[in-house]
Amino acid sequence: MTQGTPDGAPAAEGEPPDGGWQRLHPLTPLARVGRLAPALVFLLLVSTVHSKVENQTAETDYLVVITLGSALYGYVHWMVTRWRLEAGTLRIETGLIRKDSRRLPLGRIQAVDIVRPLLARLLGVSELRVRLAGSGSTDGRLAYLTATQAAELRLHLLAGRHQLDTPEAVGSSLPMAAVTLGRLLSSVLLSLVSIVLVGTVAVLATLDQFEPRTAKAVAGFLAVYLISFAGVVWRRLSGHYGFVAVEGPEGVRISRGLLQTISETVPYGRIQAVRQVQPLLWRPFGWCRLEVDVAGATARNQRGEGTSVVRKALLPVGSVSDARLLLGRLLGAPDPPRTGPPRRARLKAPLSFHFLSAGHDHRHAMCVTGRINRTTTWVQLDKTQSVRRVQGPLQRPLGLATVHVDVAGRRTRAEFRDRTVEEADRLVAELTAGSRSARRRRYAEVGNRSGKCSMERMPPV
Amino acid sequence: MRRAELGAVTVVLGSGLGLAFLAVLGPLAGLLALLSVVLLGAVAAWFVRRRFRAWRYHERHEDLVVARGVMVRRLSVVPYGRMQFVEVTAGPVERMFALSTVKLHTAAAASDARIPGLEQAEAARLRDRLAELGESMAAGM
Repeated sequence: MTQGTPDGAPAAEGEPPDGGWQRLHPLTPLARVGRLAPALVFLLLVSTVHSKVENQTAETDYLVVITLGSALYGYVHWMVTRWRLEAGTLRIETGLIRKDSRRLPLGRIQAVDIVRPLLARLLGVSELRVRLAGSGSTDGRLAYLTATQAAELRLHLLAGRHQLDTPEAVGSSLPMAAVTLGRLLSSVLLSLVSIVLVGTVAVLATLDQFEPRTAKAVAGFLAVYLISFAGVVWRRLSGHYGFVAVEGPEGVRISRGLLQTISETVPYGRIQAVRQVQPLLWRPFGWCRLEVDVAGATARNQRGEGTSVVRKALLPVGSVSDARLLLGRLLGAPDPPRTGPPRRARLKAPLSFHFLSAGHDHRHAMCVTGRINRTTTWVQLDKTQSVRRVQGPLQRPLGLATVHVDVAGRRTRAEFRDRTVEEADRLVAELTAGSRSARRRRYAEVGNRSGKCSMERMPPV
Repeated sequence: MRRAELGAVTVVLGSGLGLAFLAVLGPLAGLLALLSVVLLGAVAAWFVRRRFRAWRYHERHEDLVVARGVMVRRLSVVPYGRMQFVEVTAGPVERMFALSTVKLHTAAAASDARIPGLEQAEAARLRDRLAELGESMAAGM
């Protein structure tokens, strides 16, 4: 349970009358306590094993106390949480000792996600997460509402955001991409993690035939790593199971998940960079993965510098033509012509030279890097935060330099790697000017469209 | 600033080491130790001097350009409109010499616009100017 931010809220109808405070779903405390269940079971196992060894009796009293305590907390939390839709605002109030009252202006709502953990699905309830523009975290959370309520409220909130009268207009959408189970399975199996996992297990099994004692020792040593690798594989499978992306007016809507289903939105306006990754093992099948970096997406501590940026899979695995389609929708422009670095760059980058190339036009900069994972990155020039030219000690004797176009985030950028010094200088000038005019164009467009959208007026991201 | 710092460290280290060796091993070893420390200090001072000289900035009409580095040469162009905030810091040694460091923050962590060793008046001027420009650019966009 996240005690730090008491942000739950009450449940209600999609369009309640003014003044009508709503509560969350009555099953909320149960669903919340249920989230502790795996930890409790684990504790139970540990303490049972432990005390069996010690004195043949299991001490489980404190588990009962924990369960009762959290149930009480959940109940009180449910009692004091309420929400309502006021004129143009979603208001959420919660907290017994420390009151917390939030107003989420509908005009600034960036996205509304619906998350349904396994237990919540069994109970038929959903969690609604609301994100506002210009903030780095989840601003409002309504856990839990009934599934229909959540869907209705989501449409309502999004309709308010777009100042549309009919929620149905927001609901309409075009399918863009889906991932079949077979392809997901094979793509996960063809990833490095699974190969290492399967390989290690196979080696251990063989070793067990000849040297059982050594095999056991090694297995014990590697167990933690193997389990965590298996966890990664499982998370990839379950997280992207039944992946469907559809195009909505506010962004790409994604729904995915095996046990916990998630419906989330990648808003067009917040996309900083798009990345297409083609790992070595996928290339023979013509598969690739699409990722987007979204500014200020889900709750994540802001560590160090830079705005929090979250990387999301837009397409966990798909054919290159699927990716083309999605990219066309996202970027809305053909790829700029790319050029490679000069031949002498091979001395500095012997492996990645093969794919290295980059190019830009008045809207985007794109670059291809990497040898094993061929990675293509698109950056929108109107999002540029800075342009940098870096020349390392190896590049100087060769007369080469690298130009970076940074966008919000910790490591999000397009790199024009290993260009000649003259070209690098020219690129810095061109990219700076290009970013400036792209920014101007964008703000002019926004200004024409509406003066009311407060989100677009936020300068930083 | 760094040069002064380095000089002070060299003097202290050199005399300390020299005295210690003088006491333990006699005058010759003490002298040698002193010499080597001075030599090392000079080499370090040379590096610092090069680094110091390579550091420069330029306020252009719409962006700030900062260049630095000798081994790895870096040049950053940061548009004023993308600036999130300006930070002025002065550590204890910097304060001894009445200097400050101005740093520009943008939403990208990699944007590397730090200008160290500015005189305090200049740092304050730059800070105010950058803040003002940042505001007008952001509003103008």
